[in-house]
Amino acid sequence: MNDEMDMEEEGGVVKQFMFVNRKAPYGTIYALEGLEVVLISAAFEQDVSMAFIDDGVYELKKGQDTKSLGQKNFSPTYRALEGYDIEKLYVERESMEARGLTEEDLLVDVVVLDRAEMAAKMDEQDVLISF
Amino acid sequence: MPMVEVAGKEFEVDEEGYLVNLADWDENIAGYLAQEEKVELTENHWEVVNFLREYYGEYQIAPAIRVLTKAIAKKLGADKGNNKYLYELFPYGPAKQACKIAGLPKPTGCI
Repeated sequence: MNDEMDMEEEGGVVKQFMFVNRKAPYGTIYALEGLEVVLISAAFEQDVSMAFIDDGVYELKKGQDTKSLGQKNFSPTYRALEGYDIEKLYVERESMEARGLTEEDLLVDVVVLDRAEMAAKMDEQDVLISF
Repeated sequence: MPMVEVAGKEFEVDEEGYLVNLADWDENIAGYLAQEEKVELTENHWEVVNFLREYYGEYQIAPAIRVLTKAIAKKLGADKGNNKYLYELFPYGPAKQACKIAGLPKPTGCI
Protein backbone atom coordinates (compact mmCIF):
# COMPACT_ATOMS: atom_id res chain seq x y z
CA MET A 1 0.00 0.00 0.00
CA ASN A 2 1.26 3.37 -0.94
CA ASP A 3 -0.86 5.52 1.26
CA GLU A 4 -0.11 9.11 1.97
CA MET A 5 -1.59 9.45 5.39
CA ASP A 6 -1.01 12.76 7.03
CA MET A 7 1.26 12.27 10.00
CA GLU A 8 -0.45 13.52 13.09
CA GLU A 9 1.73 15.98 14.93
CA GLU A 10 2.38 14.93 18.47
CA GLY A 11 1.48 17.21 21.33
CA GLY A 12 -1.00 20.00 21.85
CA VAL A 13 -3.64 19.90 24.55
CA VAL A 14 -7.09 18.82 23.40
CA LYS A 15 -9.82 20.67 25.23
CA GLN A 16 -13.54 20.12 25.22
CA PHE A 17 -15.29 23.02 23.53
CA MET A 18 -19.03 23.37 23.48
CA PHE A 19 -20.70 25.95 21.28
CA VAL A 20 -24.10 26.84 22.65
CA ASN A 21 -26.72 28.04 20.18
CA ARG A 22 -29.74 29.81 21.65
CA LYS A 23 -31.06 32.02 18.86
CA ALA A 24 -33.38 31.51 15.89
CA PRO A 25 -31.46 31.13 12.61
CA TYR A 26 -32.48 34.43 11.01
CA GLY A 27 -33.17 37.88 12.41
CA THR A 28 -29.81 38.07 14.11
CA ILE A 29 -26.36 37.09 12.90
CA TYR A 30 -25.62 34.82 15.89
CA ALA A 31 -26.60 31.48 14.35
CA LEU A 32 -24.61 31.95 11.14
CA GLU A 33 -21.58 33.43 12.90
CA GLY A 34 -21.70 30.65 15.47
CA LEU A 35 -21.73 28.03 12.75
CA GLU A 36 -18.77 29.63 10.99
CA VAL A 37 -16.77 29.70 14.21
CA VAL A 38 -17.52 26.01 14.71
CA LEU A 39 -16.35 25.19 11.19
CA ILE A 40 -13.14 27.13 11.71
CA SER A 41 -12.59 25.53 15.12
CA ALA A 42 -12.54 22.14 13.41
CA ALA A 43 -9.11 23.00 12.02
CA PHE A 44 -7.64 23.09 15.53
CA GLU A 45 -8.42 19.45 16.27
CA GLN A 46 -10.17 20.04 19.54
CA ASP A 47 -13.04 18.06 21.01
CA VAL A 48 -15.93 20.16 19.69
CA SER A 49 -19.62 19.77 20.37
CA MET A 50 -22.67 21.95 19.79
CA ALA A 51 -25.70 22.46 21.99
CA PHE A 52 -29.06 23.74 20.75
CA ILE A 53 -31.25 25.34 23.39
CA ASP A 54 -34.24 27.73 23.41
CA ASP A 55 -34.90 29.16 19.91
CA GLY A 56 -31.56 27.67 18.87
CA VAL A 57 -33.39 24.41 18.12
CA TYR A 58 -34.97 26.17 15.13
CA GLU A 59 -31.51 26.36 13.53
CA LEU A 60 -31.76 22.62 12.84
CA LYS A 61 -35.34 22.62 11.57
CA LYS A 62 -35.93 20.94 8.22
CA GLY A 63 -37.49 22.79 5.32
CA GLN A 64 -36.21 26.30 5.99
CA ASP A 65 -37.21 28.72 3.25
CA THR A 66 -35.57 32.14 3.31
CA LYS A 67 -36.72 33.43 -0.08
CA SER A 68 -38.99 36.13 1.31
CA LEU A 69 -36.26 37.19 3.76
CA GLY A 70 -33.77 37.78 0.96
CA GLN A 71 -31.14 35.87 2.95
CA LYS A 72 -29.19 32.76 2.18
CA ASN A 73 -30.60 29.56 3.65
CA PHE A 74 -27.53 28.21 5.43
CA SER A 75 -29.28 25.29 7.09
CA PRO A 76 -27.78 22.72 4.64
CA THR A 77 -24.39 23.59 6.13
CA TYR A 78 -25.30 21.81 9.38
CA ARG A 79 -25.24 18.61 7.33
CA ALA A 80 -21.61 19.34 6.42
CA LEU A 81 -20.53 19.22 10.08
CA GLU A 82 -20.08 15.46 9.94
CA GLY A 83 -17.42 15.88 7.25
CA TYR A 84 -15.64 18.28 9.62
CA ASP A 85 -15.70 15.55 12.30
CA ILE A 86 -18.14 17.52 14.41
CA GLU A 87 -20.61 14.85 15.29
CA LYS A 88 -21.67 15.72 18.82
CA LEU A 89 -24.84 17.74 18.44
CA TYR A 90 -26.96 17.99 21.57
CA VAL A 91 -30.51 19.29 21.58
CA GLU A 92 -32.42 20.11 24.74
CA ARG A 93 -35.64 18.14 24.97
CA GLU A 94 -37.59 20.83 26.86
CA SER A 95 -36.74 23.49 24.26
CA MET A 96 -37.78 21.19 21.44
CA GLU A 97 -41.05 20.19 23.09
CA ALA A 98 -41.96 23.77 23.98
CA ARG A 99 -41.80 24.52 20.25
CA GLY A 100 -43.74 21.47 19.15
CA LEU A 101 -40.71 19.87 17.52
CA THR A 102 -39.46 16.29 17.56
CA GLU A 103 -36.22 14.72 16.33
CA GLU A 104 -37.94 13.96 13.01
CA ASP A 105 -38.25 17.70 12.36
CA LEU A 106 -34.46 18.14 12.46
CA LEU A 107 -32.15 17.96 9.46
CA VAL A 108 -29.25 16.18 11.17
CA ASP A 109 -28.85 13.33 13.64
CA VAL A 110 -28.72 14.68 17.18
CA VAL A 111 -28.57 13.47 20.74
CA VAL A 112 -31.55 14.69 22.74
CA LEU A 113 -30.78 15.53 26.36
CA ASP A 114 -33.14 16.75 29.04
CA ARG A 115 -32.29 19.92 30.88
CA ALA A 116 -30.46 18.22 33.73
CA GLU A 117 -28.41 16.07 31.35
CA MET A 118 -27.54 19.13 29.29
CA ALA A 119 -26.39 20.93 32.43
CA ALA A 120 -24.19 17.96 33.31
CA LYS A 121 -22.78 17.90 29.76
CA MET A 122 -21.96 21.60 30.04
CA ASP A 123 -20.28 20.99 33.34
CA GLU A 124 -17.85 18.55 31.66
CA GLN A 125 -16.59 21.16 29.20
CA ASP A 126 -13.34 23.07 29.41
CA VAL A 127 -14.73 25.93 27.34
CA LEU A 128 -18.30 27.07 26.69
CA ILE A 129 -18.97 29.61 23.98
CA SER A 130 -22.47 30.98 23.71
CA PHE A 131 -24.15 32.42 20.62
CA MET B 1 -16.53 46.10 -7.77
CA PRO B 2 -14.76 45.25 -11.02
CA MET B 3 -16.72 43.99 -14.01
CA VAL B 4 -15.23 41.50 -16.45
CA GLU B 5 -16.49 40.46 -19.86
CA VAL B 6 -16.01 36.92 -21.17
CA ALA B 7 -17.54 35.60 -24.38
CA GLY B 8 -20.00 38.50 -24.49
CA LYS B 9 -21.19 38.00 -20.93
CA GLU B 10 -20.49 40.55 -18.21
CA PHE B 11 -19.96 39.54 -14.63
CA GLU B 12 -18.74 40.97 -11.37
CA VAL B 13 -15.71 39.86 -9.33
CA ASP B 14 -14.55 41.04 -5.91
CA GLU B 15 -11.20 42.66 -5.03
CA GLU B 16 -9.57 39.24 -4.80
CA GLY B 17 -11.02 38.07 -8.10
CA TYR B 18 -13.75 35.81 -6.74
CA LEU B 19 -16.97 35.66 -8.70
CA VAL B 20 -19.64 37.68 -6.88
CA ASN B 21 -22.76 35.91 -8.15
CA LEU B 22 -22.55 32.14 -8.12
CA ALA B 23 -25.34 31.98 -10.70
CA ASP B 24 -23.19 33.83 -13.28
CA TRP B 25 -20.77 30.91 -13.50
CA ASP B 26 -20.30 28.98 -16.70
CA GLU B 27 -17.40 27.12 -18.31
CA ASN B 28 -16.15 30.19 -20.15
CA ILE B 29 -15.98 32.11 -16.91
CA ALA B 30 -14.18 29.17 -15.29
CA GLY B 31 -11.68 29.37 -18.14
CA TYR B 32 -11.15 33.07 -17.49
CA LEU B 33 -10.78 32.60 -13.72
CA ALA B 34 -8.29 29.77 -14.32
CA GLN B 35 -6.28 31.97 -16.64
CA GLU B 36 -6.13 34.64 -13.94
CA GLU B 37 -4.77 31.96 -11.58
CA LYS B 38 -2.32 30.75 -14.27
CA VAL B 39 -3.86 27.30 -14.17
CA GLU B 40 -4.36 25.36 -17.39
CA LEU B 41 -7.54 23.37 -16.95
CA THR B 42 -7.25 19.65 -17.70
CA GLU B 43 -9.77 16.91 -17.14
CA ASN B 44 -8.30 16.36 -13.67
CA HIS B 45 -8.82 20.02 -12.80
CA TRP B 46 -12.42 19.89 -13.99
CA GLU B 47 -13.03 16.86 -11.83
CA VAL B 48 -12.09 18.86 -8.72
CA VAL B 49 -13.92 22.01 -9.86
CA ASN B 50 -17.10 20.06 -10.54
CA PHE B 51 -16.75 18.23 -7.26
CA LEU B 52 -16.56 21.58 -5.44
CA ARG B 53 -19.65 22.88 -7.21
CA GLU B 54 -21.56 19.78 -6.18
CA TYR B 55 -20.32 20.10 -2.61
CA TYR B 56 -21.41 23.73 -2.49
CA GLY B 57 -24.78 22.87 -4.00
CA GLU B 58 -25.35 20.37 -1.25
CA TYR B 59 -23.93 22.18 1.80
CA GLN B 60 -23.84 25.88 0.83
CA ILE B 61 -20.20 26.27 1.86
CA ALA B 62 -16.83 25.79 0.26
CA PRO B 63 -15.08 23.02 2.20
CA ALA B 64 -11.88 23.47 4.20
CA ILE B 65 -8.90 21.79 2.53
CA ARG B 66 -8.82 18.91 5.04
CA VAL B 67 -12.49 18.23 4.40
CA LEU B 68 -12.02 18.53 0.65
CA THR B 69 -9.20 15.97 0.50
CA LYS B 70 -11.19 13.55 2.62
CA ALA B 71 -14.34 13.94 0.55
CA ILE B 72 -12.40 13.56 -2.72
CA ALA B 73 -10.66 10.45 -1.40
CA LYS B 74 -14.07 8.99 -0.68
CA LYS B 75 -15.51 9.83 -4.07
CA LEU B 76 -12.56 9.62 -6.48
CA GLY B 77 -10.10 7.42 -4.60
CA ALA B 78 -7.12 7.89 -2.32
CA ASP B 79 -4.76 8.57 -5.25
CA LYS B 80 -6.68 11.83 -5.82
CA GLY B 81 -7.79 12.59 -2.30
CA ASN B 82 -4.44 13.74 -0.99
CA ASN B 83 -2.63 17.04 -0.64
CA LYS B 84 0.17 16.19 -3.07
CA TYR B 85 -2.19 15.49 -5.97
CA LEU B 86 -4.38 18.51 -5.27
CA TYR B 87 -1.45 20.88 -4.85
CA GLU B 88 0.02 19.67 -8.14
CA LEU B 89 -3.22 20.68 -9.83
CA PHE B 90 -3.65 23.92 -7.86
CA PRO B 91 -0.20 25.02 -6.64
CA TYR B 92 -1.43 28.07 -4.73
CA GLY B 93 -3.84 26.09 -2.61
CA PRO B 94 -6.55 23.78 -3.89
CA ALA B 95 -9.26 25.15 -1.64
CA LYS B 96 -8.51 28.72 -2.65
CA GLN B 97 -7.71 28.34 -6.35
CA ALA B 98 -10.14 25.57 -7.21
CA CYS B 99 -12.94 27.34 -5.34
CA LYS B 100 -12.22 30.52 -7.23
CA ILE B 101 -12.34 28.75 -10.58
CA ALA B 102 -15.54 26.98 -9.52
CA GLY B 103 -17.09 30.39 -8.88
CA LEU B 104 -17.50 29.76 -5.15
CA PRO B 105 -16.81 32.18 -2.33
CA LYS B 106 -13.53 31.95 -0.47
CA PRO B 107 -13.65 28.96 1.88
CA THR B 108 -14.55 29.64 5.50
CA GLY B 109 -11.42 29.55 7.60
CA CYS B 110 -9.19 29.65 4.55
CA ILE B 111 -5.70 30.47 5.76
